[in-house]
Amino acid sequence: MLNTILGSLSSGVTVSASSYESIATVTVGSGGSASVSFTSIPADYTHLQVRGILRSTRALSQAGVLFRLNSDTGSNYSFHALLGNGSGAFANGSANQTYINMGELPAGSASSGIFGAFVIDILDYKDTNKYKTVRLLTGQDRNGAGEISFLSGNWRNTNAITSITIKEDISNMAEYSSFALYGIKGA
Amino acid sequence: MTSTYEMIAKTTLGSAQATVSFSTISGSYTDLVLISNVDVTSAGASINIRFNSDTGSNYSYTTMYGNGTSALSTRGSNVTSSYIAGFVAPNTAIETVIITNIQNYSNTTTNKTFLSRANRASANNSPGAEALVGLWRNTAAITSITLAADSGNIDTGSTFTLYGIKAE
Repeated sequence: MLNTILGSLSSGVTVSASSYESIATVTVGSGGSASVSFTSIPADYTHLQVRGILRSTRALSQAGVLFRLNSDTGSNYSFHALLGNGSGAFANGSANQTYINMGELPAGSASSGIFGAFVIDILDYKDTNKYKTVRLLTGQDRNGAGEISFLSGNWRNTNAITSITIKEDISNMAEYSSFALYGIKGA
Repeated sequence: MTSTYEMIAKTTLGSAQATVSFSTISGSYTDLVLISNVDVTSAGASINIRFNSDTGSNYSYTTMYGNGTSALSTRGSNVTSSYIAGFVAPNTAIETVIITNIQNYSNTTTNKTFLSRANRASANNSPGAEALVGLWRNTAAITSITLAADSGNIDTGSTFTLYGIKAE
């Protein structure tokens, strides 16, 4: 394989393949897990990307999932979303929240084997002069139902991001849910 | 830590073709990313995707798009292939850029969900920005991808590049 090639992230950002590195991966085991965390994230990169698949165990067809940065549970987050549910397109947003919304993903009442997918881009994650802005592309299709969401989120904190926690809102994430954290180096 | 974003294959069409395929995809990666820069020979055609040559009614999708005036959302259920982009232009000067993320493509436990974003600037009001989620109801590892226009052909000069992303 090539050592240096030009690719394009989900965001459309052009990137040299040699600067895109795997940092850590978590796959939820049997019994599920309420949350997944990446901790001690090194400051070796310019941007971060989290990719994966996810399903909730909650007894609904779909359920909300959220994430936090540096374990901050204060009301320091805001987010906006464009979403389509197959019938219409909508926008929503919320300020002074204790998390960033990841949208709705398949849950326990959905047909077995159906997982949602997501890509989270966290830009300039170690820049201590800026609040942190993230963007997410999240989707789930359940063959006749589902939702595609394009979201932005803001964490009003200038600290470098050293941890990311993804959490099912009130229940667990199902077995086989998988999360991979990547770092993207700058020039 | 190692570089994990690798090009697997690239195709540039020298002539209009009904389909474009990537076959014998190895299971060495965690995700696939397919970048398509495409136009079609039939106005308003969509670009559709199939996996492992499955022509059964095992696909579905939910899409959201903006056409310069309105934001809309539609879906397809129990279809024989899934959109990855709709309303592609028959104009080599106005390519549609499509980025398709196929997550956890090689696991044999889950159905396969993929995310697509398509963008096109156009002189008319056809959809210019689109986000889509698709589902293939099959737990097999994806070993081949076939793309086709739902009418006419994929046009000369269209490019398709398949990347693999490997998680450690």
